[in-house]
Amino acid sequence: MSVLVFTENWDGKFKKLSYELVSYASAIAGMMNRKLTAFTIGRTGEEELKELGRYGADRILSLVNPALEVMDNRAWAKVIADLAEKEGSKVVVFSNNMTGKALAPRVSVRLKAGIASGVSRLPVSTEPFTVYKRAYSGNAFAGVVIKSEVKILSLAQNSYEIIEKPTGAIPETVEVEVDPSLAVTTITETHKQTGKILLTDAEIVVSGGRGMKSADNWAPLVELASLLNGATACSRPVSDEGWRPHEEHTGQTGKIIAPNLYIAVGISGATQHLAGVSSSKYIVAINNDKNAPIFEAAQYGIVGDAMKVLPKLVDAVKTLKK
Amino acid sequence: MKIVVCISNVPDTTTRIKFLEGNASIDTSGIQWVINPWDELSLTRALELRDDPASGVKTVTVAHAGPASSEPTIRKALAIGADDAIRVNCEPADAFFTASQLAAAISKEGFDIIICGIESSDFNGSAVGGMISEFLGIPSVSSVSGLSIENGAPVFTREIDGGRESLKVPVPCVAIVQKGIAKEPRIASMRGIMAARTKPVRVYETVDTDCLTEIAGFEKPAPGAACKYIDPDDPARLIELLQNEARVI
Repeated sequence: MSVLVFTENWDGKFKKLSYELVSYASAIAGMMNRKLTAFTIGRTGEEELKELGRYGADRILSLVNPALEVMDNRAWAKVIADLAEKEGSKVVVFSNNMTGKALAPRVSVRLKAGIASGVSRLPVSTEPFTVYKRAYSGNAFAGVVIKSEVKILSLAQNSYEIIEKPTGAIPETVEVEVDPSLAVTTITETHKQTGKILLTDAEIVVSGGRGMKSADNWAPLVELASLLNGATACSRPVSDEGWRPHEEHTGQTGKIIAPNLYIAVGISGATQHLAGVSSSKYIVAINNDKNAPIFEAAQYGIVGDAMKVLPKLVDAVKTLKK
Repeated sequence: MKIVVCISNVPDTTTRIKFLEGNASIDTSGIQWVINPWDELSLTRALELRDDPASGVKTVTVAHAGPASSEPTIRKALAIGADDAIRVNCEPADAFFTASQLAAAISKEGFDIIICGIESSDFNGSAVGGMISEFLGIPSVSSVSGLSIENGAPVFTREIDGGRESLKVPVPCVAIVQKGIAKEPRIASMRGIMAARTKPVRVYETVDTDCLTEIAGFEKPAPGAACKYIDPDDPARLIELLQNEARVI
């Protein structure tokens, strides 16, 4: 009857979002007076698994089977649904990241469980089960009532505080059965950058728009991002022009991010752009047009030419670091 | 090979969303309805494949779950170049209901590749594509930013954290696509608009399914604090505020 939370691992490691998820699921388990079971799929070290117990996981499971080495949505969803049934779980929590979006809907159909995706707060009540989620691309929150017996939630990244609640749980490794006819995904090629802060994980993001004027002007922006230990991003026109790669595009149709600090340089702040960044805790706008809508979304603003302001900002951060 | 692209009908993405009194539903007056941006990109990629004789893709169908009032959006997709359309006659109440309706119609007609956008810009549920694949019991690939056909079989590019991978799954399958799948959405030509008038739209009645969720109401996000302006000649002041006031650096 436990609450179940799926904590993905990245080459055997967890990250900040894993602990946000466990903290969130632990709070829900508390509201419902249930235990929390956290599980991951694929080999993960004992010490790493134990970390999940620091944030409230009463049981920690590592599900293993060689057929699960490649993520096949259908095979993985079956394994997760089987576990939920075995545990008699009434609530299953995912991250609303790429993996969560791949698996949660499939698990939902298997368990006939209603889903609320992109939630950022705890349910306002558990009977009826009502929880608010992001809707209209950040322009509203929708209160979703999940009427099915089993509920699925997916949590927006960087929207819930990590809360320590050590349980001392000892991780268990579980050999699970996988129907080989379900796992049919074959990977033929992988390209992976290592050592770079991922845009979706970054706590600070420095982003450039059309006001950057050309692909050749990005050096001070990249330098500022790296000095702040952040990631770089861009608006849609910039990725459409090919000034920056499309995976840096933040906005409605690009990446939706929620860093602690978003510095928008030369970005006017069209609705579609704000849809991707409005959940940032702080927005700084640097733009030479004082009427640009980005200033309505920002807490701090500089009206000025990006090319002149950026080098000064870089210097100011360098001075701070000394 | 036959492709079907599922399309959703959403308020134009520049719309300022307003709610009716009591915040129970949105105020639809004056809203322009458009094809969901990700679905538009999916359709564009599907048409590019169909227009390439080497791909072996013969037809592109669009599928929509919605009332007759959403026909203009379906006609728009036909004008852009889809060969024909399926409409399940219903109010798309929640993701589970919508996916089950689309899955039923799709399985009646039979397709090799089913393409869905990663989310709709109105409800942002990211659920319908994955649900369709599970209703049909077929493989799905999500976070798809590239789709090509090699030797008669689909090859997908899937975005992963910090990179991408190429992969294959057998057909029939569902591709859940995101940014990158096509460069820019294809626009309808005058000839396309004329041709769309006579293209077939097959209407299906609903199959029996429950809704598992309902909307209790909406909330507008709390307005943020007013912007604090900093002298452009003194950016050090900004750094100081970010450090001591916002405490984010």
